[in-house]
Amino acid sequence: MADIVLIGLNHKTAPVELRECIAFNPEQTAEALDGLHQPPQISEVMVISTCNRVEVLMVADDSGICVPLVKRFLADYNRVSLGEFEPSLYVLQNDEAVRHVFRVSASLDSLMVGEPQILGQIKEAYRRATRKKTAGVILNRLLHRSFSVAKRVRSETGIGDHAVSISYAAIALGRKIFGTLEGKKGLLLGAGEMAELAVEHLIRHRVGQVLVANRTFERGMALAERFGGRALRFEEIGDCLKEADIIISSTGASDYVVTRDMVKAVMRSRRNRPLFFIDIAVPRDIDPAINRLTNAYVYDIDDLKGIIEENIEDRQREAVAGERIVDEAVIRFRQWRESLDVVPTIVALRKKMEGIVTEEIERTVGGLNHLSDNDRAAFERMIPSLVNKMLHDPTLFLKGDGCHGDRAVYLDMTRKLFRLDE
Amino acid sequence: MQTILVLTTILYLLSTVGYFLYLFLQREVLHRTGYFLLLAGVLLHTVALVKGAVAAGHLPVKNLHETLSLAGWALAGVFLLVQSRYRIKILGIYAAPLVALVMVFASQIPREATVSENIFGSAWFVIHILSVFIGEAALALAGGVGLLYLIQERAIKRKKRGFFFRRLPSLDLLDTTGYACLVVGFTLLTVGLVTGFVYAKAVWGRFWSWDPKEVWSGITWLLYAVLLHERLTVGWRGRRAAIMAIVGVAVLLFTFFGVNFLFTGHHGQFTRW
Repeated sequence: MADIVLIGLNHKTAPVELRECIAFNPEQTAEALDGLHQPPQISEVMVISTCNRVEVLMVADDSGICVPLVKRFLADYNRVSLGEFEPSLYVLQNDEAVRHVFRVSASLDSLMVGEPQILGQIKEAYRRATRKKTAGVILNRLLHRSFSVAKRVRSETGIGDHAVSISYAAIALGRKIFGTLEGKKGLLLGAGEMAELAVEHLIRHRVGQVLVANRTFERGMALAERFGGRALRFEEIGDCLKEADIIISSTGASDYVVTRDMVKAVMRSRRNRPLFFIDIAVPRDIDPAINRLTNAYVYDIDDLKGIIEENIEDRQREAVAGERIVDEAVIRFRQWRESLDVVPTIVALRKKMEGIVTEEIERTVGGLNHLSDNDRAAFERMIPSLVNKMLHDPTLFLKGDGCHGDRAVYLDMTRKLFRLDE
Repeated sequence: MQTILVLTTILYLLSTVGYFLYLFLQREVLHRTGYFLLLAGVLLHTVALVKGAVAAGHLPVKNLHETLSLAGWALAGVFLLVQSRYRIKILGIYAAPLVALVMVFASQIPREATVSENIFGSAWFVIHILSVFIGEAALALAGGVGLLYLIQERAIKRKKRGFFFRRLPSLDLLDTTGYACLVVGFTLLTVGLVTGFVYAKAVWGRFWSWDPKEVWSGITWLLYAVLLHERLTVGWRGRRAAIMAIVGVAVLLFTFFGVNFLFTGHHGQFTRW
């Protein structure tokens, strides 16, 4: 039986400098698939290349030959000497390879456990392989299994539940304060990647309006346009605290931009509706004393980082349950693969045929009352010879060389055609 | 009659267990179990009350045992209504044990009638009792919600998200629920007091007789009136409103029990043992 082999390196075994040397972009992946599919021993192959991992997954007739072949290919294609990255490579076979694919798809092997992008990347890699027709019956089954494993892990464990980015953590907190963010007003002070990301999350949670205040009014206008909001002058902040509910601050100011007195002054005209400050700036923009005012909440970057650390621990706990789901799936996949052996398939096929013929003959003979016992015995003798004759050619085909090396395809087809798996 | 009440109490206790298990294990099925056990308890309790009322020919509030039982029924009923509207699942860990406690307490109290029969007949009396009890149950729930609000607010302010942070809903939902309980409770309490005045005029010939329970009910009413007024005018919400709601419950409890033990008056018999 052919082996499932996985060769690769990831963020745990190789530093980023090495990973970027080996990585394949989409065009290179297509070329690599062609190149790797050349040797006759490799019947199926796909290449997974993300910023955290480069892996070649294949179905190989002789792993002793194929593994060095693939290693050499990786070195030659990327023009790196093999010795440089060979220590970082891991080679996994069969159950271990299957488990690895499942774990990667379910985001159990990710740098940030539970991050959702990896599944999309695996799907894309698989799509490339199908487009190049380098994925066959085993990889098809393996990848589709891995998608459903990933889905199960995500829905049955809390692996993706807890926010692990600053902006997500801030949104999650906002929801604990406001319930829903729908219709709330956001105010962005300053600019910056993380702050803008947070605003985008707010918009995705359907906040009512976004106000933008920037030292340079023009920059503020550009941002406001991007968020479909309104630009304000920096001096107007005090006033717009009356209407804003969620304030995201990320200015370069060396002093507090919003002081306790400013907030205290607006609380009455806000009718004490809660105010939530997210202070991403270093040095801080929001006076931490504001947190002591009733109905005002201030979280700075360190507070948010603290939450994220806790959440990562939670995810790791949830990952344990995910591993159990993976274990189950690995065992089931092994059972399927074993069924793809020639002998069990032929045995199952014979059993099915015998069942049908026996049933039909019994029914017919049962209705013919004039037959003697000898006649009946003759009918019964007919059963095995009928089955033998019918299955003679298919058996020869599956056992012999008619399959042109890709026996698994025909075995799988046979099992499907005759519904042998039920 | 007694068997029904015992069964009711057992249902309330089981519901309490369900809610506590839910608090720790966070399984949806536990919450539903607690909810339906409580619902079953209330239905059975209603049967018991109706039977008692039919047998006596008036509302069964002759002694502390019966008034407590009615209070427990009102509390459980109001909780179920609030739950169906606002879905604060965790509130069950406040309401269910409280109801169960009231019922257990009630079962330990002697049951002789202490009030003469002649004052029960009036429709004013029925409205007075029911609206006061249901109103006070709603206010008691407002206090419970206020307690949950304070816990959650503290977690968010201190940035230490402990056991409750994940289990409690948003501050906004808690605040809104507390407010709804307050409005309903205050309205019913007002109706109860007014019908009480009318009834007092009919029975004793005067609206107000400086009975200690009347005085303390007046104080309770004023306290909630202030809270509601501040909320409507300057938007008293959040922490301060929550604290006031809890203080309100304390005063309410004193009005219900304390007054009877410390003072005497014409309400005394209803809740004396």
